[in-house]
Amino acid sequence: MTSRLDGLAERLRVIAGAEGVITDPAELRTYECDGLTYHRATPGVVVLPESAEQIAEIVRACAAEGVPYIARGSGTGLSGGALPRTDGVLIVTSRMRRILEIDIENQRAVVEPGVINLDVTKATRPHGYYYAPDPSSQQVCSIGGNVAENSGGAHCLKYGFTVNHVLACEVVTPDGDIVEITEGPGYDLLGAFVGSEGTLGIATRITVRLTRLPETVQTLLAAFDSIEHAGGAVSAIIAAGVVPAAVEMMDALSIEAAEAAVRCGYPAGAGAVLIVELDGPAAEVDRQFAQVKELCREAFEIRVAAGDAERALIWRGRKSAFAAVGRISPDYIVQDGVIPRTALPEVLAKIDELSGDSGVRVANVFHAGDGNLHPLVLFDDAVPGAGERAEEVSGKILDLCIEHGGSITGEHGVGVDKAKHMPRMFTEEDLDTMQMLRCAFDPAGLCNPGKVYPTPRLCGEVPGRGTGVHPLVESGKADLF
Amino acid sequence: MDEFRELLDDCVHCGFCLPTCPTYELWGEEMDSPRGRIHLMSQHELGAPLSDSMVEHFDRCLGCMACVTACPSGVRYDRLIEVTRARVEDEHPRSRGERLLRAAIFAVFPYPRRLRALRWPLRAYQASKINMAPLLTRISPTLAAMERLAPPRAKAVRLPERVPAHGERRAVVGMLTGCVQREFFPGVNAATARVLAMEGCDVVIPKGQGCCGALSLHSGRSEEARSFAKKTIESFAGVDTVVVNAAGCGSAMKDYADVLADEPEWAERAQALTAGTRDLSEFLAELGPRATRHPLEITIAYHDACHLAHAQGIRAQPRELLRGIPGLEVREIADPEICCGSAGVYNLLQPQTAGELGDRKARNVSATNADLLVAANPGCSLQIATALRRRGEEIAVAHTAEVLDASIRGIGKELFSRR
Repeated sequence: MTSRLDGLAERLRVIAGAEGVITDPAELRTYECDGLTYHRATPGVVVLPESAEQIAEIVRACAAEGVPYIARGSGTGLSGGALPRTDGVLIVTSRMRRILEIDIENQRAVVEPGVINLDVTKATRPHGYYYAPDPSSQQVCSIGGNVAENSGGAHCLKYGFTVNHVLACEVVTPDGDIVEITEGPGYDLLGAFVGSEGTLGIATRITVRLTRLPETVQTLLAAFDSIEHAGGAVSAIIAAGVVPAAVEMMDALSIEAAEAAVRCGYPAGAGAVLIVELDGPAAEVDRQFAQVKELCREAFEIRVAAGDAERALIWRGRKSAFAAVGRISPDYIVQDGVIPRTALPEVLAKIDELSGDSGVRVANVFHAGDGNLHPLVLFDDAVPGAGERAEEVSGKILDLCIEHGGSITGEHGVGVDKAKHMPRMFTEEDLDTMQMLRCAFDPAGLCNPGKVYPTPRLCGEVPGRGTGVHPLVESGKADLF
Repeated sequence: MDEFRELLDDCVHCGFCLPTCPTYELWGEEMDSPRGRIHLMSQHELGAPLSDSMVEHFDRCLGCMACVTACPSGVRYDRLIEVTRARVEDEHPRSRGERLLRAAIFAVFPYPRRLRALRWPLRAYQASKINMAPLLTRISPTLAAMERLAPPRAKAVRLPERVPAHGERRAVVGMLTGCVQREFFPGVNAATARVLAMEGCDVVIPKGQGCCGALSLHSGRSEEARSFAKKTIESFAGVDTVVVNAAGCGSAMKDYADVLADEPEWAERAQALTAGTRDLSEFLAELGPRATRHPLEITIAYHDACHLAHAQGIRAQPRELLRGIPGLEVREIADPEICCGSAGVYNLLQPQTAGELGDRKARNVSATNADLLVAANPGCSLQIATALRRRGEEIAVAHTAEVLDASIRGIGKELFSRR
């Protein structure tokens, strides 16, 4: 295997230049994980291409050798979607970060995959536009990674996820072809590609929708003595027909962490805070903002941001919450689950129970408006068994989500971390059907293998070895493309 | 060292530091980012030998501390890289050329008198208008960088040991004169002393003071840094507050408590000086303006020196002081958090990287169309002005103190001619 990778590395040097290929063991290890450090694997080779053509050549070289490859952007993913393979090539897009075109009249921009999410907004804000999907890591995560994971963010309640903001993708397919996938008549291939977690190909140029900056934005921070009261306010706001740009909730523990990290100055003694943001035409926002304030009447303190600086301060606490938990716990798991909004109080009570029974602390941060939970399960890896206990609690939280009719992921993706939970949501037939789509793109199973699906099926995860005929194919239910 | 291990463990690998790291900006490589360097430090801490490639990535770090500002988990990268650099100097054999270069730099820069000895030949060279650059580039990129970055000729200014307050006295402060600042930018020190005095401070300028140790501290020469720190503490034994006008020096003095924490006879005094150290703009903002500001019709591009903005968290104060001058307009430079590449002696040790970063900064400074570039660090001003000259542009440079001085004395903007 090693000699095969050595040979491939030589080939990659020809394609991407000596400066674009990494084989030094210490250097390779710095790529062993992304934002989720629980899973680690040192890549066999890292390559830093600078163009779609180079990526196509790299993919072809990998395919010729039967070597798996994984695309990686800024390495901030939270499901291990870009976890490398020791026997594979890691294709890092961090050198492809040019904004190629800004077409204000048609409200679109064309970017390379390594472009940082927030940089699109920075480049278009002077024209009165921005890029709407805003993951908490927007200052560092890449658009290519956002496309792979169909990333969300606090404002997706009103504006939708990445898939609603991508108009076209140039993709290097696992065959090494460069194709353009666009919106249009026929099957929604773009919809299938966005959120495919890097298993269908590598996006090399992305056309994104630009959204007009709203006429006005109003933000408030409401402090409640309990999660139940905060949850009640969320339900009341949605029931009243208000569609806020964002409704975010943080519990006492995550407030403590954010306070320690960025001194965001949230009201002391709050059991939960809500951040509610409205945007749009001034007249509408003013009327609805008054309504929201009224619906938050159980709050013991409501702060209205007087300007952009105060708004930024309110958001800073929320946006830094994940990493800020590092201040109150040496290690933690960022969980991502979805439940119907109405189940919020019940699920939270059960999480509380789980935490009490196991002695594992859980901090909660949610996109409360669309029922997307981000429980942060705290542990200290130095304590024997703590990691396993945290994993267990974390898994049980997902069970709770499924029991209540929700999902095992809202926006972080399945990756390697949640593949094992897929069978709890889907039947074997469901998973096989999904794999058929995958095989249509990647029959050799070399493009980010080992992600999303719990066990290799149909096209087989290990290339170059006879994996036999799949039972579905044998029985005539499925076909290999 | 358990403390070091704990500091390493604070990093949760979120990557928020990546876009503010100058070398990651340039090359997009994980191991040339703060997150990647911390990973390399962990590898070494857990037993991996210090390889040439590891050292290369540590050496390439500018120590700008933008990552410290960006980090939501509060990772003390400043401490991590300081300890790591010292380990590199202890454990890693450097090539003969590198050793000589470092020895030469540290035999000159921290010693004002040796720097002064350089002034005359430098002045003669600049007056001669002979262009040595092409030749030097061939011999050594570092020598070429030194030639490009050589400061402009300036008249020596001798400051008295005590400058009395103008009007009713509001404070008594010590003043650090620095090395490069003192020998090559004497006007900045004179302006600093005048502004302080006119704002009602007795300014004590101890004669025997030497280098504060910043360059040594930030290059892993910890023994040398400790010795400089002790001498500085002794020099300022008589005052509670020491005002510093060079960002790198101020940040080093604010680290003295850590630097001398293990030496019982010094720890307390070090802590006292750390607590009493103030950047000039920080001090003046706390004190509040008293002297009348006369109008200065000028547009300024204000540059955040890394050791002021990131290491000391001082961004608002200098802007506030400058905006307090009638007629003066402050313009922001795009990507203010990214280092200009000067970074102490970095532009001598890694001239090519420093040059590329300088070019980026120059582009952003140029886009402001300002008349004057203001920075609180002599290295930054030299670096950016040099990079602008490569673009065929000229900009006048000044220190915040000089602008305040000009306004308070009412001498107008003619002072800031293009150099």
